[in-house]
Amino acid sequence: MYALHRRLQDKLESVGLDLTPINKLAQVNSGVRLEGLEKSFRGPTGPIRAVRGIDVSIAAGETAALLGPNGAGKSTTIDMMLGLTKPDSGQVSVFGRSPREAVDAGLVGAMLQTGNLIRDLSVRELVTMMAGLYPNPMDVSETLAITGIGAIASQRTHKLSGGQTQRVRFAIAIVCNPDLLILDEPTVAMDVEGRREFWNIMREFASRGKTVLFATHYLEEADANADRAILMAHGRIVADGPTTEIKARVGRRTLRATLPGIDPATLAQLPGVASSERHGDAVILSCSDSDQTIRALLESHPEAKDIEIVGAGLEAAFLELTGEPDLEDAEVPVP
Amino acid sequence: MNGLVYTRFELLRTFRNRRFWFFSLGFPVIFFWLIASPQHNKIIPGTGLTYATYYMVSLASFGTMMSMISTGARIAGERQAGWTRQLRISPLSVRSYFRAKVLTGYAMALLSLALLYISGALLGVSIPAGRWLEMTGLIIVGLLPFAALGVLVGHLVNTDAVGPLMGGLVSILAFLSGTWFAITSGFLHAFGQFLPSWWLVQARTVALDGHGWGARGWITVAAWTVLLSVGAFWAYRRDTGKA
Repeated sequence: MYALHRRLQDKLESVGLDLTPINKLAQVNSGVRLEGLEKSFRGPTGPIRAVRGIDVSIAAGETAALLGPNGAGKSTTIDMMLGLTKPDSGQVSVFGRSPREAVDAGLVGAMLQTGNLIRDLSVRELVTMMAGLYPNPMDVSETLAITGIGAIASQRTHKLSGGQTQRVRFAIAIVCNPDLLILDEPTVAMDVEGRREFWNIMREFASRGKTVLFATHYLEEADANADRAILMAHGRIVADGPTTEIKARVGRRTLRATLPGIDPATLAQLPGVASSERHGDAVILSCSDSDQTIRALLESHPEAKDIEIVGAGLEAAFLELTGEPDLEDAEVPVP
Repeated sequence: MNGLVYTRFELLRTFRNRRFWFFSLGFPVIFFWLIASPQHNKIIPGTGLTYATYYMVSLASFGTMMSMISTGARIAGERQAGWTRQLRISPLSVRSYFRAKVLTGYAMALLSLALLYISGALLGVSIPAGRWLEMTGLIIVGLLPFAALGVLVGHLVNTDAVGPLMGGLVSILAFLSGTWFAITSGFLHAFGQFLPSWWLVQARTVALDGHGWGARGWITVAAWTVLLSVGAFWAYRRDTGKA
């Protein structure tokens, strides 16, 4: 989308329009904008290019997932967005400001990937202390209530479980009442139930008009909680779009049906079918367009029973996009 | 403004830390009573000071030095927990951060000092009020290099190494600076005067005749303060990768 915006901009400028005022406006309205971001670290065998040129913008109010395997460059990218790491080249703008300015204005709250709480304070004291550092914080009791840690408010921070600690860290991230919330793999230490509750709380907070970017390698988390997925691999963005669109682009759907005695080869002739197999009485069709396939199937074989259509999920989409061995220098075109 | 909130909670945390109560407060007081009480009124040869006065200031310098350097242990712990990074994505300025750490160190040091003064007074140390104040002032100034050293150590060393380093460093400095026994001549006497801790211990000469540090003491303390402050700033930058 950003690339498109830039192309449009170049066009308009080439016909002699002065875009300065429009650009200024766009910059204030846009949430986060990363331009040509690069970062290398010194490694034992030479420089490690953690981030190799990232251009992306996230609109205010959007919830985006930054998705990728370990070592994809997600955390480095987030560190640069927060001003914790200085990019080798490129620029970060957060609501039209530098990361440091945005942080100082209390516009950004973040839960970093690693981090423990400091000891010898109660949960309430710790959240109160952090609230005291910001210009326009939320009410501490409200923050504790939203994050579901009111019951443990008087406990000492070093006596909490892993899941409780993560919630307190989440409370610390939102107590400044940020416009931009950044979460770097926030549910790593949580069990399934804890995860579900955490994302409920996060979505509730995001619905207040917040811009949210979270990094994860749990694909289902991105699928369930983000409007948009930005897939990273080897320090680059390999795909970017609505989570449903990404699945549709590469993800096939699987259609299963109980249909005894039909040759799978004839089913392979149906529209939208990429391949077919038989397991006992069941046929399994891998579909590039399952909508077309189901219509045709019901027309030609109305006796088909127990029909199931399952999306491939982001997992498959992700493997297809990032699993290629020659990604080192290949660019997957972004629509 | 926000620095005050941070300082307040730093103090609260430190007061709740049991190790602090033992090492920085309990330890020097216990040693003072063990060493000084059997012969508190006797004059130590070559110093003109009673055992009680000598060891009151000696152990005060030891305790306050420990309090200041223990800032390093707290910083190292916060770094390991990733807390320093959390603070860096808050509006808390680097200056407020350093100020809170140094003020907390000083609060601890003054508490340690007060305990030693009370213990001393109980063992018959009697110094005119003006000289008490002057001595306290010299100790406060003499602690400046150690405030910087605490920050330097905290940002340079990890939690595993910070304990032994602090313990070893304070022990060596205490030995070379005449904390445990008077060093009045020879190589150690000449060498000791180059150490900041030497002048911390020397604050006790005020009690004897109101004689302070002299130019050499002030220059030594100032030089170490500058040197260690530059080191602390360097260590912070190296640690965080920013100014």
